[in-house]
Amino acid sequence: MYAQMVDTGVRSVKDAAAMTPEEQAFQARIDADVKVEPKDWMPEHYRRTLIRQIQQHAHSEIVGMLPEGNWVTRAPTLKRKAILMAKIQDEGGHGLYLYSAAETLGVSRDDLIADLHAGRVKYSSIFNYPTLTWADIGAIGWLVDGAAIMNQVPLQRTSYGPYARAMVRICKEESFHQRQGYEIMMHLAQGTPEQKRMAQDALDRWWQPSLMMFGPPDADSVHSAQSMQWKIKLLSNDELRQRFVDQTVPQADYLGLTVPDPQLRWNAERGHYDFGPIDWREFYDVLKGNGPCNRDRIRTRVKAWEDGAWVREAAVAHAEKRAARKAA
Amino acid sequence: MSKEWPLWEVFIRSQHGLAHKHAGSLHAPDAAMAIRNARDVYTRRNEGVSIWVVRSADIVASSPGDREALFEPAQSKVYRHPTFFPMPDEVKHI
Repeated sequence: MYAQMVDTGVRSVKDAAAMTPEEQAFQARIDADVKVEPKDWMPEHYRRTLIRQIQQHAHSEIVGMLPEGNWVTRAPTLKRKAILMAKIQDEGGHGLYLYSAAETLGVSRDDLIADLHAGRVKYSSIFNYPTLTWADIGAIGWLVDGAAIMNQVPLQRTSYGPYARAMVRICKEESFHQRQGYEIMMHLAQGTPEQKRMAQDALDRWWQPSLMMFGPPDADSVHSAQSMQWKIKLLSNDELRQRFVDQTVPQADYLGLTVPDPQLRWNAERGHYDFGPIDWREFYDVLKGNGPCNRDRIRTRVKAWEDGAWVREAAVAHAEKRAARKAA
Repeated sequence: MSKEWPLWEVFIRSQHGLAHKHAGSLHAPDAAMAIRNARDVYTRRNEGVSIWVVRSADIVASSPGDREALFEPAQSKVYRHPTFFPMPDEVKHI
């Protein structure tokens, strides 16, 4: 999930009796699957939680361009390079759709970006891991975009109209990302023994971080209940994680690669794969800023923003000059 | 602190002769840049053959509070739909 542990600002979920008449009417509309639109009345916590969630999601798309950008100049062929650039451009586009959706809730784009740069708002933990080999680009498309799709498909039905519409557009484009990644993995897995080892190494390193993308186990997830009542989260973390494992393991089997989990086995009784424990200490540590690339990612983003400042200012000056000339 | 670029709403007409449809919004310093950015942000996969952009600040919208006053009157006028008038089976092409 691109938005992890979004704080709803509430300690417990209100039942109908504890709600004001306005809140009751609001909840009734959500329960009836009527979309909430920008000008509609909404509880302040709903608005603030959504800003946080959409913003985290947007930042993840933008920061997510960095690990992939690392391989643009070293893509193995011109075709791969063109595909990778198209994918990275999509991620930038996804970030922009989401920033626009967040802005309909009354925040400014510059404030959102300032929040990211100051570390006040997070982006997905997954983008704090390095892309060490070309196989990592395959693994990211296959696993990271695969996990993102798992989370984003249900979000097309989320209660906030502009967010849901952005998700529809994103989901249409995301499937290309996953397939191009899997295709890279197929080529490597069917290549020389060294290429296959590279693919296995990438799977070994990205598997657990991909499972962490869905966020902490439901039992430790304090804000899920409120978000689910508001329908800004539609399936629980554990439910999404299980679906992802069930879908991905057969894909790894097809590649002839081994999922790095000795406890992974099919449970016929449950109709699902059982899998081993996840190292949540690592997850919380990465969220706190101590992942392998946290500092580097933010430094790169801030530098891009500051280096581009003169261009933004010049464009405004040019537009103002032209407008003044037209008025005269 | 520099000035934030204004927000624009983007409308795209797809290939099949349909009307321009709202696609989303973006920031740009002026109209020409808004069109260029809209090309990159909203038509990466041949989604359109024509783009309109308009400053978001220039859009006037109805307010949610007026929903009933504006739209409720149409609800009782079912005779505006052809299905209100049942036609005998023998009568063709109508």
